[in-house]
Amino acid sequence: MNMPLLSIRNLHVNVADREVLRGIDLELPAGQVHAIMGPNGSGKSSLSHVLAGKPGYAVTAGTVDWQGQDLLSLPPEERARDGLFLGFQYPVEIPGVNNAYLLRAALNAARRARGESELDAFDFLSLVKERMALMKMDEAFLSRGVNEGFSGGEKKRNEILQMLVLQPRLAILDETDSGLDIDALKVVAGGINSLRSPERAILLVTHYQRLLDHVRPDRVHVLARGRIVKSGGPELAHELEQRGYDWLAEEAA
Amino acid sequence: MSRDPQLESVLGRGYQHGFVTDIESDTVPPGLDEETVRFISAKKQEPQFLLDWRLRALERWLTMKEPHWAGVNYPPIDYQAISYYSAPKQKTEGPKSLSEVDPQLLATYEKLGVPLHERARLAGVAVDAVFDSVSVATTFKERLAAAGVVFCPMSEAVRTHPELVEQYLGSVVPYGDNFFAALNSAVFTDGSFVYVPPGVRCPMELSTYFRINAAKTGQFERTLIIADRGSHVSYLEGCTAPMRDENQLHAAVVELVALDDAEIKYSTVQNWYPGDARGRGGIYNFVTKRGECRGRNSKISWTQVETGSAITWKYPSCVLRGEHSVGEFYSVAVTSNRQQADTGTKMIHLGANTKSTIIAKGISAGHASNTYRGLVSVMPGATGARNFTQCDSLLIGPDCGAHTVPYIETRNPQAVVEHEASTSKISEEQLFYCLQRGLSEEDAVNLIVSGFCRTVLRELPMEFAVEAQNLLAVSLEGAVG
Repeated sequence: MNMPLLSIRNLHVNVADREVLRGIDLELPAGQVHAIMGPNGSGKSSLSHVLAGKPGYAVTAGTVDWQGQDLLSLPPEERARDGLFLGFQYPVEIPGVNNAYLLRAALNAARRARGESELDAFDFLSLVKERMALMKMDEAFLSRGVNEGFSGGEKKRNEILQMLVLQPRLAILDETDSGLDIDALKVVAGGINSLRSPERAILLVTHYQRLLDHVRPDRVHVLARGRIVKSGGPELAHELEQRGYDWLAEEAA
Repeated sequence: MSRDPQLESVLGRGYQHGFVTDIESDTVPPGLDEETVRFISAKKQEPQFLLDWRLRALERWLTMKEPHWAGVNYPPIDYQAISYYSAPKQKTEGPKSLSEVDPQLLATYEKLGVPLHERARLAGVAVDAVFDSVSVATTFKERLAAAGVVFCPMSEAVRTHPELVEQYLGSVVPYGDNFFAALNSAVFTDGSFVYVPPGVRCPMELSTYFRINAAKTGQFERTLIIADRGSHVSYLEGCTAPMRDENQLHAAVVELVALDDAEIKYSTVQNWYPGDARGRGGIYNFVTKRGECRGRNSKISWTQVETGSAITWKYPSCVLRGEHSVGEFYSVAVTSNRQQADTGTKMIHLGANTKSTIIAKGISAGHASNTYRGLVSVMPGATGARNFTQCDSLLIGPDCGAHTVPYIETRNPQAVVEHEASTSKISEEQLFYCLQRGLSEEDAVNLIVSGFCRTVLRELPMEFAVEAQNLLAVSLEGAVG
């Protein structure tokens, strides 16, 4: 097998003075989809944030290898330009900033970093409109402010749209399924599946297994109290659906 | 730093750059008295009424005290140490080519996307050496003349259209209006004059860019714009690139008059030298701008993007005299480093069913302070008057300040006055969201700031809006991190 795209070893992280991740080990090879599941407060979002480089998280031990580089030493914008994408659980509103404008700036930042030429407005629009059709989004979204006045479901669709335009090597999707009705869930799942390819990897962070009915993971990891307490195949998600998390949390204690 | 050299830099305009005029009599010695005023008026070959008016202004000014109610601080200005008349620089005094211009200045122009020939002009390179200014100016003048629009330097209008100047000069901002307006009235040397005849829609945006012959007007500009019945004019003021002007005190007066059904749109992008990061140098911008909607259904709209100057003291205002007249004020004021801005507007509702809108966006970074000061006044006759005011402040970093000081006086019970205000910081969440999408921190801040200013920027004429946005970016460079 190839060298994994992402390799996390013994990762310990504090927020303020509280330890939120207590020794995470995880290998994510290219071409695979892994799901991180776990109860509220288990550290799922912390893991997503640390990988994306959000300020306020102190790594006290461990390493993260990212395509042969030390991920933790890179500033967040470089991680992004290198192809690490975080789909936010709560996408923030940026009033007055045109959705299309941000997306084009993001795409061109990545293209510049790869030594490619910037896309002009015309090429960008045809690209983004094609991806919007896939996400069943109205083109009017482009001229609205970033997440401004979007419903919860619209925000999540918009995150996936951004992902499809940016085509990241690694997509970390933090609770992308929350707040979606069943039709929207199918559209979002379709978007995620369309990104699957041998050179990319996806990390689905979720509380429920219902997204996993539509995006079948290669591996499922259960996070409890800042540790991965169990890993398995997709059948593990179903087991969790039936038995809940408590039995695992007890095992971890 | 001791006070003396500092004062000298504030007051020593014209001398610090070491240029000497060819003819002794083209510069008056420092100081201001009746002789100075007579000298200026004679130099300009002005009619008697104007000299008399200047002398009355001087007499009034001598009895007035410099105002200190604004939220700004600066060392005292010795008005008797300023030279009030210096002949415009000859072309030969400027740099002869771009290679002689400060590279830092050129780098800034490049970031702003100013075209090469314009960079040269802004940097003060002799215009003839760079591009054919004459043909540009001529085409422009021909088109305006065909439409009957008068657009010329004030000093020319005084001779070619004395009747209009006499009728309108000081009719909106009287010479005794305030300390700086009185000073300006006594000693103003030039500025713009615009007259749009009845029913004429001015065929192009009027901009100081085209008024090449007056590019070197001094620190006491006087601008007068008259839109006659049913006419329409849009005027762009200032340049969008940082002008390292040698002037330190800038006390201009702008008067606008809109008659029945006329409309004036006045857009400013002000980017005078703001001083360095430690607050040394920079322009003191003490400006009186006021428009009067004198006729029915007239409209005056001020749009300003203020990023420069060490100190800004400026309240573009509208007197809404005509029934159903409309006043608008859209403003973005950016202060960074040690800059201080106290700016806002006054909307004076006199006529029935008059409407005004105020949208003010203040952005502070570094150690700067930014005050919005506004007055909405509804007089007894202004039945049915309406005002909507929205003041938003955005803070970047922990050491800056923003203040909102709205005054509302309503003497008509039927008036509707609404005021909304907000103060926000660029949130960590917004910044991180942009970084996670691959934007640099600087680009992220610019993006968030331009979003914040969007409702104002979209009021600017198209090409101006792009430059204004670039200017915001340059002004906030290094504001975060």
